[in-house]
Amino acid sequence: MRATCWTGKRSVEVRDVPDPTILNRRDAIVKITSTAICGSDLHLYNGLIPTMREGDVLGHEFMGEVVEVGPGIEELSVGDRVVVPFPIACGMCGACERGMTALCENSNPNAGLAEKLLGHSPAALFGYSHMLGGYPGGQAEYARVPFADFGALKVESDLPDEKVLFLSDIFPTGYMGADMAEVGPGDVVAVWGAGPVGQFAIASCFLRGAERVIAIDRIDHRLRLAQETGAETLDYEHVSVPEALAEMTGGRGPDKCIDAVGMEAHHAAGALHAYDRTKQALGLETERPHVLREAVVSCANGGIVSVIGVYAGFTDKFPMGSFMNRYLTMRAGQCHVHRYMPQLLQHIRNGDIDPSFVITHRLPLDDAPTAYRTFLEKADDCEKVVLTP
Amino acid sequence: MRAELSGGRTAGRDTADDLARGLGVLSLALGSAELAAPSAVARLAGVRTGGPTVQAVTSLYGARELVQGAGILSGRGTARWVWSRVVGDVLDVGTLAVGAARRGAAPARLGWSLAALAGVTAADVMTARGLSRRSGAAASGVRAVAAITVNRPRAEVYRHWRDLEHLPEFMAHLRPVSTDGSGSSHREAAGPAGSTIRGDAEIVEDRENEIISWRSVKDADVQNTGSVRFLQAAGGRGTEVVVELRYRPPGGRVGAVVAKLLGEEPNQQLRDDLRHSKQVLEIGEVVRSEGSPAGQSTRRQLAQRPAQPVA
Repeated sequence: MRATCWTGKRSVEVRDVPDPTILNRRDAIVKITSTAICGSDLHLYNGLIPTMREGDVLGHEFMGEVVEVGPGIEELSVGDRVVVPFPIACGMCGACERGMTALCENSNPNAGLAEKLLGHSPAALFGYSHMLGGYPGGQAEYARVPFADFGALKVESDLPDEKVLFLSDIFPTGYMGADMAEVGPGDVVAVWGAGPVGQFAIASCFLRGAERVIAIDRIDHRLRLAQETGAETLDYEHVSVPEALAEMTGGRGPDKCIDAVGMEAHHAAGALHAYDRTKQALGLETERPHVLREAVVSCANGGIVSVIGVYAGFTDKFPMGSFMNRYLTMRAGQCHVHRYMPQLLQHIRNGDIDPSFVITHRLPLDDAPTAYRTFLEKADDCEKVVLTP
Repeated sequence: MRAELSGGRTAGRDTADDLARGLGVLSLALGSAELAAPSAVARLAGVRTGGPTVQAVTSLYGARELVQGAGILSGRGTARWVWSRVVGDVLDVGTLAVGAARRGAAPARLGWSLAALAGVTAADVMTARGLSRRSGAAASGVRAVAAITVNRPRAEVYRHWRDLEHLPEFMAHLRPVSTDGSGSSHREAAGPAGSTIRGDAEIVEDRENEIISWRSVKDADVQNTGSVRFLQAAGGRGTEVVVELRYRPPGGRVGAVVAKLLGEEPNQQLRDDLRHSKQVLEIGEVVRSEGSPAGQSTRRQLAQRPAQPVA
């Protein structure tokens, strides 16, 4: 089959690789009909996530049709149309039982590696390094889906791929950003990053009844898209974000702050950006935590900072004094996709939201190398790429 | 202070302790001299012309000697401190040779210095070996401990472990086990660097739902004792399984260090095995990814396949 393989820093190739086979009893093989490139794939593309190997198949946002099931599967059969959550979760361990499927205790065969870097291991993810499992991803013609009877969400054929594909990651991830921030009626929320996940965080805040949402980015078309959803916008290259946020909120600061950027943030102050960029290049810190710092100092007293942008290792100059003295709360995590999928599918069915609004590029799988470059450079007003095998 | 073993002190112990104390004092004296008058010490050792580099290096070595002296005399980790002196000796000889070659030497003085250094090195090695042997004898081999929480009732987890035939399903480095009905079992374990260790174990304690402990019988290749305890996890989270192993690794301490370098850190290996057992109990099989088709194994993680379907 054809599959998008990581071949080194800033390099992917679509190659012929063997077809997947059943390795565990609860596996299913899915013939992929739609797959997408995620912002977090760009961290892999830029070589910032450790334990990648040449030839690893990428992709963790995919859906398709079940073509084979393992002997341990009862609730799923050949021909079912499914959307697959990006974390791999068994459904039986303590974490899964509590709905924390991004922390499944059984899915990562390389948990020992993750423990060395992170202390304890989270769940394995599709196509996201060996430390997180060494599972091939879904930017391919076929994928093996472990624990498919627990993970894969059946979707009837009346909804097109483009409306349900993002249930695999970015819609639930954005929604969890709002959920962790306990966003509700009357809230003023600031969302850093108007990429696809940021867009879904903004939309989710409104779904949950937020009164005002302020989107922060520097790319015009992304800010325009946020405005269409109802957000006010700030271009951080033209204003000081903490000052502007204070001004827009009567000096209080936003009640809730969502970091939808993560470890590769940019900063308008060139010197500060150079400081973190240099340390990152030298391996002295893994993150460029501009957004995290800004979110903490901007947040209203007693507010909540919610982190859904991906971080990998260690961060410098965290404003702990501001965080502690002002009674802030921080929540962070990879999304427990399984937990949110059914309710978000219902929102889609009800017509509360049409997730396809973020798609700007539709390309064949073989164009993945070009698509990665375009998405990285945010060229051609690129917001979200969907690939078709 | 170290507690003395019963039966009196042997002559060997006295010698090693006294020597160590002497070496500690020597370190302090030499270190003070090197710091106070670096040029004079260098000249005395045979290096003819001084200079800022000679002064700096000699002072630095003086500081090193002071730290080592204090370390040895502190009475904690003495063996390690004396071994650090051996490393220092090698540095001294090398530096002296280089210094003499670059800056010209007084041949007689250089000869005497090198001879003295050789003598001191011999004393250091002898003392360090004596101390290491003693601490090696005091500790009973390698100890590995690991714990995991299994989302299953205690009785079920206990039964699974008690049925030794289940062991090979998850003990990645324990090969097939056969029970002969007398409470003893035969097992083969994969040892360091692919060697196979054959050993027979017998159960010494077996309290239902609480603990199973075993020890190897006399003629086992690797003498070992072990226990697995079963505890109720707080908040209805199932069973906490705590395994403790003590064994004398083949090849002694050196063997243990080599195994560690090869990624076979005993705690890690044990954790991998426990994760296998958790997977078998919770989901009925060992989880495989294309990068790690054999499941959990820290050793294999160093040489993984790419995350690509297995042909």
